[in-house]
Amino acid sequence: MSEPLVRLENVRFAYGQRTILRDISLSIPRGQVVAIMGGSGSGKTTLLRLIGGQEKAVGGRVTVDGQDVAGLGREALYALRRRMGMLFQFGALFTDMTVFDNVAFPLREHTDLPPELINDLVMMKLHAVGLRGAARLMPGELSGGMARRVALARTIALDPMLLMYDEPFTGLDPISLGVIGQLIRRLNDALGASSVIVTHDIQESLQIVDYIYFISEGRVAAEGTPEAIRNSTDPFVHQFVHAEADGPVPFHYPAGDYATALVGGSS
Amino acid sequence: MVGAIRRLGALFINGVWQLGFITRFFWLILVYSGQSFTRIHLTLRELYFSGVMSLLIILVSGLFVGLVLGLQGYETLQRYGASDSLGTLVALSLVRELGPVVAGLLFASRAGSAVTAEIGLMKVTEQLKAMDMMAVSPIARVVAPRFWGGVISMPLLAALFSAMGVFGGWLIGVVAIGVDDGAFWSQMQSAVDFRYDVLNGVIKSCVFGVAVALIAVFEGYDCVPTAEGVSRAITRTVVSSALAILALDFVMTSFMFRG
Amino acid sequence: MSRTTLDLWVGVFVAMGIAALLFLALKVGSISGSDIQAPYTLSARFDNIGGLKARAPVKVAGVLVGRVTEIRYDNERFQAEVVFSVDGRYKFPTDTFANILTSGLLGEQYVGLDPGGEDKLLAPGDVIKKTQSAVVLEKLISQFMFNKAAEGDTAPAK
Repeated sequence: MSEPLVRLENVRFAYGQRTILRDISLSIPRGQVVAIMGGSGSGKTTLLRLIGGQEKAVGGRVTVDGQDVAGLGREALYALRRRMGMLFQFGALFTDMTVFDNVAFPLREHTDLPPELINDLVMMKLHAVGLRGAARLMPGELSGGMARRVALARTIALDPMLLMYDEPFTGLDPISLGVIGQLIRRLNDALGASSVIVTHDIQESLQIVDYIYFISEGRVAAEGTPEAIRNSTDPFVHQFVHAEADGPVPFHYPAGDYATALVGGSS
Repeated sequence: MVGAIRRLGALFINGVWQLGFITRFFWLILVYSGQSFTRIHLTLRELYFSGVMSLLIILVSGLFVGLVLGLQGYETLQRYGASDSLGTLVALSLVRELGPVVAGLLFASRAGSAVTAEIGLMKVTEQLKAMDMMAVSPIARVVAPRFWGGVISMPLLAALFSAMGVFGGWLIGVVAIGVDDGAFWSQMQSAVDFRYDVLNGVIKSCVFGVAVALIAVFEGYDCVPTAEGVSRAITRTVVSSALAILALDFVMTSFMFRG
Repeated sequence: MSRTTLDLWVGVFVAMGIAALLFLALKVGSISGSDIQAPYTLSARFDNIGGLKARAPVKVAGVLVGRVTEIRYDNERFQAEVVFSVDGRYKFPTDTFANILTSGLLGEQYVGLDPGGEDKLLAPGDVIKKTQSAVVLEKLISQFMFNKAAEGDTAPAK
């Protein structure tokens, strides 16, 4: 097993007085799809921003492909980001450009390829997400799922080594959701890239990822392969996996104790 | 009492902060301006949106301001039997003050607000962050071209405004009222000096262009990324631009046209 | 909007803007007005310059030949010293007379030069010696009133 592509060691992060991440250590091995899960506001998106170098950790180290992200200058950081792709929650397509120009954007900005070659590359990327026919549309004319797929095509335009997904499943109908899920897995394997998915959609993730981290209160609360997670007896994981609204409130209070307390209280 | 003083202090500190931010931002724009000129179509596109799209309102307003100046000026001047100086009055008012100032105010509300809205919306929809993650600097790619588009448009628009205004004054004075055509132009020409009046007016409009464009891109880039934040930023752009134009105008006028 | 139409519009806009600037420079203003060629400076001392200001015109026979560049007070002669630059194409005899005149009744004040008959010409930096001060309206009026009053005193005696 080679050195993992992304490694976070004892990372701590705070916005001013508000601590978001207390002590996170995790790694994303090469070629794998890793999901980071947690409730809303648990700092999942912040993790992606740390990996992408848009935020700097207060403590600990974030390394991507052996480079300490926080220590990079602007040039080096931009060079690193060229090998990363990030899919934003709602796609973040450039609304003043056509679908084609959106996907062509990174190619035109970072390469000097002739227009014919850019055309071919863009069509290949769009074909990969099944939207070659939508090349001339404007982003406003796309449905949520289609917009997300176009954004995905744009994300993979430069064949990145690391793909990051910020809540890729939010606000999608079940069909689009399945499509995006399958695309994430397929593209990861086809590009030989590694992927991080930040999400709270456990069911979809369990089907496509290789490894899962649960984040709660700024720490890694649980981790494991999908198989292990499904069979986990950890009450927190159990509650999350089965989306039990009424289950054991966070992991400090195991269900057993709670039941006994109730019984004890009534007797 | 203490509360009031504290509020004053907070206001002052805030103002200094803001000034520091905007200065730093200005510096960043200048540093990242290379692309605006090496890839000139980026700037041309913004010239279209801030310049060409403001053309109609500038021309029409200029004409009307000229017409009004012609009418009012004639009314006043003929009392002193000086209606031959109508051209002088119209041209000097426009070239020195009204051209740059009114064109600047119109430009701020037409193009400045549009730039703020556009950049703000790009921020709300995470387009700026996405660009940054694609290793493309949003300041170089989005902000700087819009800034330069505004800076280049403004003096041209102010000149068009003044020219249109002189034409409006001529329409009223010479065509409608019957002031002598020769007197109108020759009086104007002997009184309006190229370097002293016209060039100073152009300098004013350039300064206003920098101020409005900087405020517009700054407010857009700095806005709170929500729908409400964007609408507030647009309001701030129009208000601060207007204040900046009038204040700068006062300062420059007192330096340029003293004595 | 395609690239070419956009370029066209921007081209039209810039051309219009430059045309407007030229219009302001040539037709509205007078680029020639400040176009004093190879200027040389002369000066003159006046007892009173009235409302004369820097940049006021210098005219000979009604033709603009230069502009006032500086006005200062000579502390030894107790006079105002007016420095002006004159177009190098025009030469004036040494006995040229400098007046401060007013264009029209209420117009701006300017320096009017009346060339004399000497053969020698004024050299750059020379001082014009024969001057006449500005007519100050208040003085004129008081003089007039005084004369009237004097007439009134003498009239009944006749």
